[in-house]
Amino acid sequence: MMYRLPPVAGEWIDRSRPLAFEFEGRSFQGFAGDTVSSALAAAGEMTLGRSFKYHRPRGIFSFANHDANNLFQVASLSSGWVPNVRGDVTPLAAGMRVAAVNTIGGLARDRGRFIEWLAPFLPVGFYYKAFHGRNFPRWEQRIRAISGLGRIAADAPRERTPKRYAFCDVLVIGAGSSGLATALSAADAGARVLLVDENAHAGGCASWTGSTASEVGALIRRVADNPNIELLTGTYAAGVYADRWVALVEPSRMTKVRAGAVVFATGVIEQPAVFRNNDLPGVLLGSAAQRLLRRHAIAPGKRVAILTANREGHELARDLRAHRVEVAAVLDLRAGFGGDAQGLDGVRCVAGVVPEAAIAGSNGAVCALRLRSAETIKCDAVLMSVGFAPASGLLSQAGAVLQYDMALQQHVPVKLPPGFFAAGRVSGIYDCAARRQDGRDAGAEAAAYARGGHLGPRASRPESTRQVSHPYPVFPHASARDFVDLDEDIQVKDLLGSAQEGFDSTELMKRFSTLGMGPSQGKHANLHGARILMRSRDATLADTALTTQRPFYHPVPLKHLAGRGFHPHRHSGVHDRHVALDANFMTVGGWQRPEYYHASGRSRTECIAAEVRAVREHAGLIDVSTLGKIEIFGPDAGAFLDRIYTGSFSDLRAGMTRYGLLLDEGGIVRDDGVIARLADQHFYFTTTTSGAANVYRELLLWNARWRMDCAFVNATGQRAAFNLAGPKSRELLQAITDIDLSEKAFPFLGVREGRVAGVEARVLRAGFVSSLGFEVHVPYRSAGPVWDALANASGVRAFGVEAQRVLRLEKGHAIVAQDTDNLTNPFEAGMGWAVRMQKPFFVGQRSLRIHVRRGVRQKLIGFELAPEQVASGAAIRESNLLIHLGEIAGRVTSVAQSPTLGRTIGLAMAAPHLAPPGTPIVIRGSDGRLVSARVVRTPFLEAE
Amino acid sequence: MKIIHCPLNGPRPLLEFVSAGEVRNAPDPDACSDAEWTAYLFNRASVPGVKREWWCHTPSGYWFIAERDTASDEILATYDAAELPARAGA
Repeated sequence: MMYRLPPVAGEWIDRSRPLAFEFEGRSFQGFAGDTVSSALAAAGEMTLGRSFKYHRPRGIFSFANHDANNLFQVASLSSGWVPNVRGDVTPLAAGMRVAAVNTIGGLARDRGRFIEWLAPFLPVGFYYKAFHGRNFPRWEQRIRAISGLGRIAADAPRERTPKRYAFCDVLVIGAGSSGLATALSAADAGARVLLVDENAHAGGCASWTGSTASEVGALIRRVADNPNIELLTGTYAAGVYADRWVALVEPSRMTKVRAGAVVFATGVIEQPAVFRNNDLPGVLLGSAAQRLLRRHAIAPGKRVAILTANREGHELARDLRAHRVEVAAVLDLRAGFGGDAQGLDGVRCVAGVVPEAAIAGSNGAVCALRLRSAETIKCDAVLMSVGFAPASGLLSQAGAVLQYDMALQQHVPVKLPPGFFAAGRVSGIYDCAARRQDGRDAGAEAAAYARGGHLGPRASRPESTRQVSHPYPVFPHASARDFVDLDEDIQVKDLLGSAQEGFDSTELMKRFSTLGMGPSQGKHANLHGARILMRSRDATLADTALTTQRPFYHPVPLKHLAGRGFHPHRHSGVHDRHVALDANFMTVGGWQRPEYYHASGRSRTECIAAEVRAVREHAGLIDVSTLGKIEIFGPDAGAFLDRIYTGSFSDLRAGMTRYGLLLDEGGIVRDDGVIARLADQHFYFTTTTSGAANVYRELLLWNARWRMDCAFVNATGQRAAFNLAGPKSRELLQAITDIDLSEKAFPFLGVREGRVAGVEARVLRAGFVSSLGFEVHVPYRSAGPVWDALANASGVRAFGVEAQRVLRLEKGHAIVAQDTDNLTNPFEAGMGWAVRMQKPFFVGQRSLRIHVRRGVRQKLIGFELAPEQVASGAAIRESNLLIHLGEIAGRVTSVAQSPTLGRTIGLAMAAPHLAPPGTPIVIRGSDGRLVSARVVRTPFLEAE
Repeated sequence: MKIIHCPLNGPRPLLEFVSAGEVRNAPDPDACSDAEWTAYLFNRASVPGVKREWWCHTPSGYWFIAERDTASDEILATYDAAELPARAGA
């Protein structure tokens, strides 16, 4: 059983600050500086969680930020219940309430433990075998009911975590002795250095092995004193992205740092031995025991057995003895251990050991270790120190190539992309002095790279000769429970089974067996998994690559990833006027536009109908500032427009406008607008609201290719525009402008410049919604007064987008992207009149020649519903289908009840044989009813 | 996020750019066959390698050429479109 020791030199806990907390409904006490796991361990709690699949009791295993079986449901004073909190790194807080995850009825009496009895019926790849066909829903329901870890509390308070952006010359990940030396060396070379470490304090393995504590302490002090180094502890690098963009996760914020160069001094992760019951509480990694000992003053047990294959295991024994912990035996897997056992007089050290199984006591924790020699060693803790794997996840994300070094029995980076460097044990360098030298060299190289330079090859590179990792510490047992992956309860036989079923590469085996797919992402499992696979194929790790490791390196709480609700929208220059008029707004192409204006006591339909009538009978005013507005200047301006639009513009007289239709190279309708020639070398034209940005960019691209002598200005935001439409529009506008609006002076499709309400204005005579109408374009900052002057004219009524749609529909005008789609050419949309095929060139012309030869496949038609259909309540909506002889023969693109005509009218894209006026058609309404209609000639309304 | 070196604006994040795909020369519309034209419109080789591409820095509306290795996503060079004939000829 674990227990708290008297004060240990350098411990992280503050014994003067006891903290009371609750675990599974019972009261406990820890100290400030404890983590959730360490406080429970100090109190002698051996079982901290249940395993994912079989609900086996699990305790502290690695205590290194990836103890996947020590996840908790935690409620603190400031938060609601938070699921899947990692106990090995989460600081203890006063008043915390802690519960285990993944239990049915609590940790101690978890009813889920009976699932283990079903293990024989749950072979590897169970999901793939069970989850298909008729049985899928049945299995899905059952598995869903029992799977998953923590439970999300939907009523937990909302937390906002800030995102920060940072820049540095050199980012060093890992503040152990290599990383500290790297940071100092880079800073000495003049670089601004950011040094991050996932632990609460810097120092790396010196903080638990104690062997080089004084040297590393000196490095930490120098780093603290160096103004060029910023040290962030409790911070992990979660992902490495393009051009050295690294996501750093701190408890309460995320920092996205752009680094000139990155050094990985991430160290190694100790790997377990695989034998029967190696998952029992009390069986843990040697380094985990040392972390508990030196950081939190916790003894791993009262009588400890050490299973080792390297010098580190013997050092651990010396360490424990120094803290008065009884070491039952040091059991070495190697044939001999040379001088490693020095200073362990009186401790039984055995070489050539083969473990058989750990044995559980009455409390569920380990009580003995049985060896193949049939000897049983009584102990309450088994510490495993048999080898390491590099913490290479981030290196892989950066694109490093790792190769298995047979001498070291470890993967080492053999090729790093430009700007990335590695230092220390992650590169297989274990000797302390050599690691610091490696760090200094890497720091100098990184600083040089960040400045755009490059240091030549190193004079010498430290070489490691000591083998610290056992090549195959895997001892399968006939009765299994020899766990390779504790996250997912994967045993040796599962991996061999995968290989036998043909999933015999690391990537395939991972997916079939789920090896390495748990919360720790295989940090303690992938290496052994690959070893077992390759041995089953009589090959070595040098013949394969490990599975690709992707972001995130550690699980990242979703609060760090959630973005703020940020939906910018644009307001026109007279938005406040719309608000004052009680407009109902809708979003169009990023703009907030009035859909219609509320009138008290009237329904939406009635309001829109009233707005339509105002335009038809008197005059209406609509804000069309959202239209794209582009100016083009230069000697080639006309010729350029000839090549862009389907019509002809070089022959357009100054003072006149012409409709412009824009196609893509495939001859598909993309946009339209009105093009006005203001002067010989100056055109001003509009685009659709949603097409404004794209059309402008498209024109720039075409001219980047053609390099014609003309220049473009996107004036969309510079000018406001209002359309005054209706039979009285001329009379009302004339009262406030110096432009002569008479039919003779200002014909249909004319454009004039002058003053409106005292403001410099461009006025276009337009006929989109009514036979008579004027579009007034004024500078943005004068929008308010001009709108007021127009809106206050006698009898003028403001109208919104919905009334505009009805008005233009009555006029039979198609709207690009509503009545056309990504397959519509101009001949199909009834816009052939705007296409001048005889021009030498325009975008889309070549494709149109093919379309002309092939004939149209669909046609935009006008239709109206029979009055009796309307009376019967038949409702037709956009996208309803046309049905002909039981087949789909088209679709409705626009439909509205016309207040002017008193009929329901619409446009539809239909098969050409339905196009002749008078043809009866059938439309299937949204409710499935078939509604008869009749094709009619457009425009529906000839003239007001 | 990737950094692109705009010839006009210097290094800027990928967010500010859009691409219009590979630089391709349209066949002479008056001389080519329908098959050649539709092949130009719809067919892309998609073979990984170094490609010349159109990129636009959207806040400034500036189109330029980027030479990008589509296998490694590494941008090898960026330059103004005026240099295209000289570079393409080389």
